[in-house]
Amino acid sequence: MVVQALVLASMLLCAIQAIRSEKLLVSALWLAGCSALLGLAIALLGAPEVGVIELSVGAGLVTVIFVFAISIAGEEPASYKSLVPRPFAWVLMGAFLFLLLFLAVPRVVAPALTPQSLSIVRAIWEVRALDTLLQVTLIFCGVLGSLGLLAEPRAASSTAKGGAQ
Amino acid sequence: MSGLSVWSISLVAVIGLVMVGIYGLLILRNLIKIVVSLQVFAKGTILVMVVAGGMQGQPAVGSSLAITVIVADTVVTVIALALAIQVRRYCGTLDSRALSSLQR
Repeated sequence: MVVQALVLASMLLCAIQAIRSEKLLVSALWLAGCSALLGLAIALLGAPEVGVIELSVGAGLVTVIFVFAISIAGEEPASYKSLVPRPFAWVLMGAFLFLLLFLAVPRVVAPALTPQSLSIVRAIWEVRALDTLLQVTLIFCGVLGSLGLLAEPRAASSTAKGGAQ
Repeated sequence: MSGLSVWSISLVAVIGLVMVGIYGLLILRNLIKIVVSLQVFAKGTILVMVVAGGMQGQPAVGSSLAITVIVADTVVTVIALALAIQVRRYCGTLDSRALSSLQR
């Protein structure tokens, strides 16, 4: 339990640093650390499959995509003045915390359902088969969308033909 | 006793992650930093799926929902970063305020 608390505390620290840091690349690296620690915490909670997926996708793929995006868009100092005044942001966060506790606490203390011995393979491929199909469709849409968004304008691509792929 | 404590600690961490993500979404103006705070928010969601499944005695359903959230969140991140790159290409900046044409 002490290990779990330490992992979760360092994960929160990484998240706060990812929000606070001025440079975009440093922020992406703190986010990768947060993902890795989250994967470890999930594996400690008894769901190693989700932990492995979070580690490979969250800490691996997303970080690569972030570094790629930052290298294309260019490093830009993130120190703009915020549109929302900070005290107002804190008030909104307090209201959000109140709502979260108000909604979550009655469910936390509610009695647990009867445990089901459902394996994760059955849960994914049989119980939630339609959702899995929709996930595949979503990945396909994401690939098509990012290709469409990242494509060069037509005039520029005809001059630079052969350079890229 | 110890099992309950592990879930409680995880729920506190979930609330912390979600609050950090909300604060970032409220305060930040750089588009890539906004995507970072959205990721932090989604990590809280992933953790709460696993915790809820474990607390209710149905860890498989919670895990499969967490995997769904990971996939959807990754796709959203990829599209949002591609949009940020396009904004940088056409507006010359990553400032979200530059998207508004009313203030110029």
